[in-house]
Amino acid sequence: MANFSLKINGKTLQADVTPDTPLLWVLRDHLGLLGTKYGCGIAACGACTVHVDGEPMRSCSLPVSTIANAKITTIEGLSEKGDHPVQLAWDEKDVAQCGYCQAGQIMTAAAFLKKNPKPTDEDIDMAMSSHICRCGTYHRIKDAIKLASTKMK
Amino acid sequence: MKTSTLYNRRDFLRLSALSGSGLFLGFNLLPTAKLDAAVYDAALESTFNFNAYMSIGIDGIVTIFSPNPEVGQGIKTSFPMTVAEELDVDWANVKVEQAPLDASRFERQVAGGSGSTPHSWKRLRQAGATARQMLMEAAANRWKVPVSECSTEKGVVIHKSSGKRLTYGELAMEANKITPPKEVTLKDRKDFKLIGTFVKGVDNQAIITGKPLFGLDFYREGMMIAMLQRPPAFGLKLKSVDSAAAKAMPGIMDVVTFKNNVAVVGKSTWEVKKAREVLKIEWQEDGKLESTDDHNRIFKELLNSDKAEVRRKDGDTEGAFKTAAKIIEAEYQCPFLSHSPMEPMNFFAHVTADKVELIGPTQNPSPVKNDVAKLLNVSPDKVTVQMTRMGGGFGRRLKSDFALEAAELSSIIKAPVKVIWTREDDMTGGSYRPACRYRFRAALDKEGNITAFHLRGASINAGDSTRGGNNFPVGSIPNVLIDSVDHKSAITTGPWRAPITNFLAFAEQSFLDQIAEATGKDAVQLRLELLDKAKKSPTGAIKYDIDRFKAVIQLAAEKSGWGKQKKGVFQGFSVYFAHASYVAQVAEMVKVKGKPVLKKIYCAVDCGIVVNKSGALNQAVGSVVDGLGHAMYGNLSFKNGAPEQSNFNTYRLIRLNEIPDVEVHFVDNGIDPTGLGEPVLPPLGGAVANALYKATGKRVNNQPFMSGNDDLLEKML
Repeated sequence: MANFSLKINGKTLQADVTPDTPLLWVLRDHLGLLGTKYGCGIAACGACTVHVDGEPMRSCSLPVSTIANAKITTIEGLSEKGDHPVQLAWDEKDVAQCGYCQAGQIMTAAAFLKKNPKPTDEDIDMAMSSHICRCGTYHRIKDAIKLASTKMK
Repeated sequence: MKTSTLYNRRDFLRLSALSGSGLFLGFNLLPTAKLDAAVYDAALESTFNFNAYMSIGIDGIVTIFSPNPEVGQGIKTSFPMTVAEELDVDWANVKVEQAPLDASRFERQVAGGSGSTPHSWKRLRQAGATARQMLMEAAANRWKVPVSECSTEKGVVIHKSSGKRLTYGELAMEANKITPPKEVTLKDRKDFKLIGTFVKGVDNQAIITGKPLFGLDFYREGMMIAMLQRPPAFGLKLKSVDSAAAKAMPGIMDVVTFKNNVAVVGKSTWEVKKAREVLKIEWQEDGKLESTDDHNRIFKELLNSDKAEVRRKDGDTEGAFKTAAKIIEAEYQCPFLSHSPMEPMNFFAHVTADKVELIGPTQNPSPVKNDVAKLLNVSPDKVTVQMTRMGGGFGRRLKSDFALEAAELSSIIKAPVKVIWTREDDMTGGSYRPACRYRFRAALDKEGNITAFHLRGASINAGDSTRGGNNFPVGSIPNVLIDSVDHKSAITTGPWRAPITNFLAFAEQSFLDQIAEATGKDAVQLRLELLDKAKKSPTGAIKYDIDRFKAVIQLAAEKSGWGKQKKGVFQGFSVYFAHASYVAQVAEMVKVKGKPVLKKIYCAVDCGIVVNKSGALNQAVGSVVDGLGHAMYGNLSFKNGAPEQSNFNTYRLIRLNEIPDVEVHFVDNGIDPTGLGEPVLPPLGGAVANALYKATGKRVNNQPFMSGNDDLLEKML
């Protein structure tokens, strides 16, 4: 066991865990941040996506010992009031069915739109095809990203 | 429409015991404080036989309790909408809560069979209309005017001639003293304000901000985490366990064995997972360890077996085949499929001497309660089940196995525990869509009429793979034989979204296209002619409505420009009646560099009245995506009893870059609504396969389509 000091959503949080513990389980089991989801554990579905220094990364495959001073943002920290343009677009387009994968989808979409605020359809396909939505809400995910792109500052 | 209510005075539940002054139906004067299951249960215990759908606060906020589990089908939004419509309240003033399991009051609390909406449509409307009537009577009493002069508008009772107005909140306490009416008038459909509109999901805010909603998100102080090592193959059982190394791992509290499970119990998910990896377990054979090759051989035997069970028999098929001018025959096969909801199986259980507490994602909470009570030999009234939102289910969560093992483990370790399945556990842990193979035969006379039809279903653990043998085109053909034969296997199976029809529809609709081709008929024309025959001279019982069937076919044909010969576009048609709804689809393909590319799916849906436009569209489009992905890629194969795929790196699911355009049209016929969680999926495979044949001349009769066709289909999606 070792003590890790993590910069998450603008706060410094402590976790006493083994160094190989994936960030996902540190968030969920030790820090009570439950918005980041477990889907596959092998970085194949995207449900666990968080931002590490602004980059979307799969927290299920990220040992806590490799994070060091990086700034982590989870779905809970994406915006203060749930009003990030991507979140608002997800609500307006009523994207979710079961909703389980959507936090991960939103995190990737937010990071992607920051870099590419006016994406083409092909750009969206490239950015989002690494995620799985078992309910098949992909059409609305695309629509929501296009809507969010009109609202990004 | 006048309708008798289900209530009597005693049915209306008082919350006064809890609040000191409030009421419930009912109406309560708690300022819409969130009721947890315990409070709700305590309130319900004071009455019986109550359809407890709502409370009204003195602030006018209406809390509507949604009884059925939410699995992504949108019921937690559409049910309360239905109550709110008849109550005549502003949707912005409605709060929605998941009701706990109470079978005596809500009757059917199941997310399955696309049955929630047809079952509850009238009950929900009555609940809303009854409360509205009582509120109007309370206002009429206060104003000393006839209730017939009162009306309502968005949570306010109005007396038009005097201009008096009282809000529902102001009337809640008095309304509770009113005797519930024996009958109420339900709204005319043209007066619907909320039903049929685009209403967003009631949990949207929680979903987009990452609030805990799902079973895996349930944590409690002192709760243990556990993972079970189950047999790695179907047909194996536990022989011996050496758990010393696992017990010595950090954070591990215990390792216990029950049935064929070795449970590792600890403080955190990661520690438990790592400790499970160092268990030393010996397994031994307990049955036949089957492989997919065995199943392929078994299918051939079953298709020629003389032990098939007859599911339907009209006329004399044998005689008709003997005198046929032409016989068409084709076989279709599908593999096992994993449900793979994004949230893997999990359940929380806390078993103590006097009660059993169960919390988690279940589509079917009543059997969870009863099965656990039976397992632990306790009275069912000692068992409570709290339903969390589910990260998908697709039928997997209709079973109780995951809750049973959590309860059994908690009873052994005498501690609250959440059992978590990894993705690998979930994919290799059974209850799959059964593998099936069908043989269709049709006898044609010289004029191209179908004189006989024989469907033989062969399956692995599917029971009746023809689903009663009552599907179209039966009813339109004079001589019909539908029979099936099943192989019992150690591989567990269960309902998978649109059970049986999820593949049978593809097979049937592909075969009808082959008949159309053989008789020189257009695919739509053939289906309409058969339906006309079923109407003019029906054979045997007919379970489908011929006019609705035809209407949905015609709508899909019209919207897709069927038969209008768009240049370079290849269309395939399919239509199916399942789960009480009718769906017709047209798939459109083009060719790019000689290879087929699926561009668009037109979808005509008759599910009667659409309750929530947003939810209905989401279900329809999602079902198309689901049906397409599994038809193309879905494959769970076996080697010596063990699944060969265990995670999403080897079990391929459709992704965002692979979706065609989908255009959905709903039939507007005003008929009471039927379910929409399943019926849009079954026809999809047939539409795609029939378009593919037009585009390439190649028939794909087996799923997944990709298997053996990688080169042809690599760019199809």
